[in-house]
This record gives sequence, structure tokens and C-alpha cells, in this order.
Amino acid sequence: MNHNRPETSRRETAEPKLRSGASTAGITANDRLRGWLLHHREMAAEAWRRFMAAPLSSAMTSLVIAIALALPAALYVGLANFQQAVAGWDGQPQISVFMDKRARPQALQQFAGKLEADPLVAEVQEVTPEQALAEFEAQSGFGDVLDGLQENPLPTVFLLRPASANQAELETLAQRLRDSALTDSVVLDVAWVQRLAQLTALAQRLLLGFAALLAVGVVLVVVNTIRLHIESRRDEILVVKLVGATNAFVRRPFLYSGFWYGLTGGLVAWGLVMLGLALLSGPAQDLAQSYQSSFELRGMGVTTMLLLVGGAAILGLLGAWVAVMRHISGIEPR
Amino acid sequence: MIKFDNVTKRYETGQDALARVSLEIGRGELVFLTGHSGAGKSTLLKLLTAIEKPTRGQIIVGGQNLGRLSRGQVPYFRRNIGIVFQNHQLLFDRSVFDNVALPLQVAGYAPRDVARRVRAALDKVGLLSKERQNPIALSGGEQQRVGIARAVVNKPSLLVADEPTGNLDPELSAEVMGLFRQFNAVGVTVLVASHDLELIRRMQQRVLALQAGQLIYDGVPAHEPQPA
Repeated sequence: MNHNRPETSRRETAEPKLRSGASTAGITANDRLRGWLLHHREMAAEAWRRFMAAPLSSAMTSLVIAIALALPAALYVGLANFQQAVAGWDGQPQISVFMDKRARPQALQQFAGKLEADPLVAEVQEVTPEQALAEFEAQSGFGDVLDGLQENPLPTVFLLRPASANQAELETLAQRLRDSALTDSVVLDVAWVQRLAQLTALAQRLLLGFAALLAVGVVLVVVNTIRLHIESRRDEILVVKLVGATNAFVRRPFLYSGFWYGLTGGLVAWGLVMLGLALLSGPAQDLAQSYQSSFELRGMGVTTMLLLVGGAAILGLLGAWVAVMRHISGIEPR
Repeated sequence: MIKFDNVTKRYETGQDALARVSLEIGRGELVFLTGHSGAGKSTLLKLLTAIEKPTRGQIIVGGQNLGRLSRGQVPYFRRNIGIVFQNHQLLFDRSVFDNVALPLQVAGYAPRDVARRVRAALDKVGLLSKERQNPIALSGGEQQRVGIARAVVNKPSLLVADEPTGNLDPELSAEVMGLFRQFNAVGVTVLVASHDLELIRRMQQRVLALQAGQLIYDGVPAHEPQPA
């Protein structure tokens, strides 16, 4: 509650006259608002000074908050990256229809036409044996071996994107395709896509629970720290209450302290996640390259960072609020 | 200014700290409150400053019924009273200036007004030159004067002092009393609790004496104070 002194130090001789009843008459609503804003500014600055005045213990508290927040944040980034990596698979089931090698081109054309007309099929993509061979050569590196083959061993493949993801309808469609004399085999790529989606949902749920628990942990850490602050300033609280301070006035510096703890904790958590990402980006790239993927480890977006740091500040404020609500009203002059 | 009407204060222990006390102090009076420790002086002051609430009876201060004051109203009520404590209750983590400025900051005064009023109050108690010092560096008498400056900086209409000279030698005590007299002279109602009978006798002012929670004397002692 330090006061900024204006430069003017003029003494007014008329002032010391004390008039009865002139208590707070000289204060307008405008003054009050300005005083209130000023007090907020001063308390924010003072809470920061106090934070910096005990750097070690402040750093410890911030670090505890940071670690508690960095864990779910890192998991979140990891999950986002995982989703990014598998984004090529849009989660839609796909049916690969391998045609009989002996089928004549005309029959294949007819078959393709029927597929396109089928209401259960949304999209048909034909992969000719030549395309398949070229792709195989490019990706597998077995080009030389294939060159030795006298004829292309690969069949025509139709890749279907079904119109619906309904399990029963998919099975019906697959069965109908299998029954056709022209098809050799029909593979319904649905199970693993679904499993992937389920796994992702599970991970998200776990992450949410984890984050909620750790958020509670952060709040409790701040509650305890602010409680100690309040205890150590008990005398001061008593005095300001005796000179007419409202509870809101007394609370303010502690709320700002909680805010600073949360904010610094959030910033450090962000730093920790970025550091972890920097350490992992090399190996992750190597891994991606071994899969011929152009995948690149993504950092935290600006929005996520703001959410993390802002959320941390709010958790700090919340913890401080709990502490002041529980402890300040109990400190009354006796 | 102050009116106690049949006020009883019973603590949870079952002991009556004040029993059916009625008294009236007019605007602009300077009154001493005396009695042995345990006679109810502190209780009376606590009731007056809304630290405690009466068990029975009514207390009216400046037109406000303290029994009906809500918790939220208490701070605003206290801004109209200046309180001087025996152990001065200064904060040693800030300067003399900042200590005196507290009531004004609490009330939300603009910084310019704060500075002006703080200097005026410090000037009044003769400590303007020490505004930047830490009160811990001051003598006992000076600390008490800082406490008085803080009590009057808000220009309260009522000044309440609890044993303000308790820790001071006679010379400093007289000085402090002189200050109270000056405030009283400009219209402030002053109530001083003290057990320093010698000092009270010299002041020749109205005296209220308490004994075992009851008001046993109310008047201006002639020469030999009879109370207690």
C-alpha cells in the first residue's frame, strides 16, 4: 500500500484546521473511482514487488504451478500432433475392391458404372494395374525385381468411399461386392479407423480428467501460498480494517499476488512445453522420414498459448479468492 | 455525538463487561474515561468503534445506531472516527508518510489530496520533517504522534484514544494531551481513556469513571478526583 508521492510538496497552512463533521465530505464519486483504479494499479504493482522480493520462494510456487500445467499441456500438444499425423486418414471407412485378374476391361467398366450408380457409394476411385505398379515401384524400392516380371501381377482396384458410416450398411455393401463374380477380394477398412477414433476420444477424455485434477492442484497450491501471505500480514490487515478498510480493499493485494503466481506459472509451463518440443522435434522428424511422411512436430499455437497462460492466471486468481474468502473476514480487530 | 442507552455487553464467558451503562457526550466535548483495568474501558471503546456489538441497549454515534450496523457498513462508519491506540499500531514496513496516508487511501482520496492532508496532519503533530523515515526509527513519543496524525488525517468528527499516554513519560504525555486539546478546540469530539489520574486532574475536563462495568462517576472533578 505504498503511495506514489507527487513532486509538489507545498505546505498549506490553512489545512490543519480540523472541522467537525467534515470527515469524508471532500470526496466525490469521481475521486472515489479514480482512487479505486489507482489502488488497483498500486496493488498490482505492489503484489509484483512482493513476488520479486522473495524470488526463490516465488519461483518455487510458480514452478510447481508450471509443472502441474505443463503435463496436460504437453499431452494436449502431443495429442494434437498425433491427430495431425493421422489426419490423412479422414476417419472415413474405405472399401478396397480387388478385381479378378481375369476380368475383361469391358466388364470392369460396367462394374465401375454400377458402383457409381450405387446409392451406398459416395465416391469411386479406380487404380489400374499400371498405376498400382508405378506406385509400388516408387514406394517400395523393389523396382528392379518388378522389372524382371513378365507381366503385371497387380489387379485393378476400386477404392470406394461409402455414403454412410453405418456398420450394417457397410457390411451389406461389402457382402454384395464379394458375391459378385468379378471381384477377387473385398477389404473393408473400417475397424482400425474406428479404433483410432475411439483411441483418440479416450486419450482426449483422459487428458481432460488429468487437466481438471491438476487444475485443482494448482488452485490448492495458490490457496496455501496466499494463506501464508495473509498470515504474515495479519497486523497490517487489522490496522487497515480499523481505519475503515472494506474487505474488498484488504483482499485486493492478495488477489493480485495469486494472479501473478498463476500468470508466471503459466508462462513457465509454456516455456517447458516449448523446450520439450524443441528436444523432440529432431527424433520426431527422423521417425516421420522413415515412414516417408512429411510430418513435422507442431508447436503450440498462439491461441493455445494464450489459453494456457490466461487459464493459469485465472486459476491463480481463483486460488487467491478462495484463500481470502476463507481467511480475511476472520481477521477482525478484537 | 455519542449516546449510550442502557448498554450491556456480556461476553461469551458470561461475564458482564458493561452493565446498563447510559451516558451522553455532546458534539465538541473533550471527555476522559477512567477506571481500573477490567472496569470496562476497553469494552466501551470497542463498542464505540464497532469492534463489538452491544448485547442489550442502544449506542448512537453521530446519528448512527451501531447495533443496526451491518458488517458491510462498519468500514464506512469507522472512517468517521479517528482511533489512537496505546501501542500506536504503526506499520514498520513503510514510511511515516505512508502510515499516515492509510486512512485516506482506504477512503479512496486522490493522491494529491492524500499528500496535502498527510503533510498537514504531520505538520500539526510536528513531524513533517520525518515523513520519509520509518516509524521504527522514531522515539516512543514521536511514534505516538504519528499515530495521532493518522487518526486525524481523515478529519474525523470523533477522536477516540485508548491509553494514548500509557507508555510515555509525564512530559510527553502532557504534549500529547495538548494535541488533543487543540483538536478539541477546532470542534472535534475527543474521548480519551486513561488511568493516569494525575494527568486527568490537571486537564480539568469532564470525567467518566467506570467500575466493574458500571458508570460510577460523571462530572468535572473539583480538585481531588473521587473516582475509583
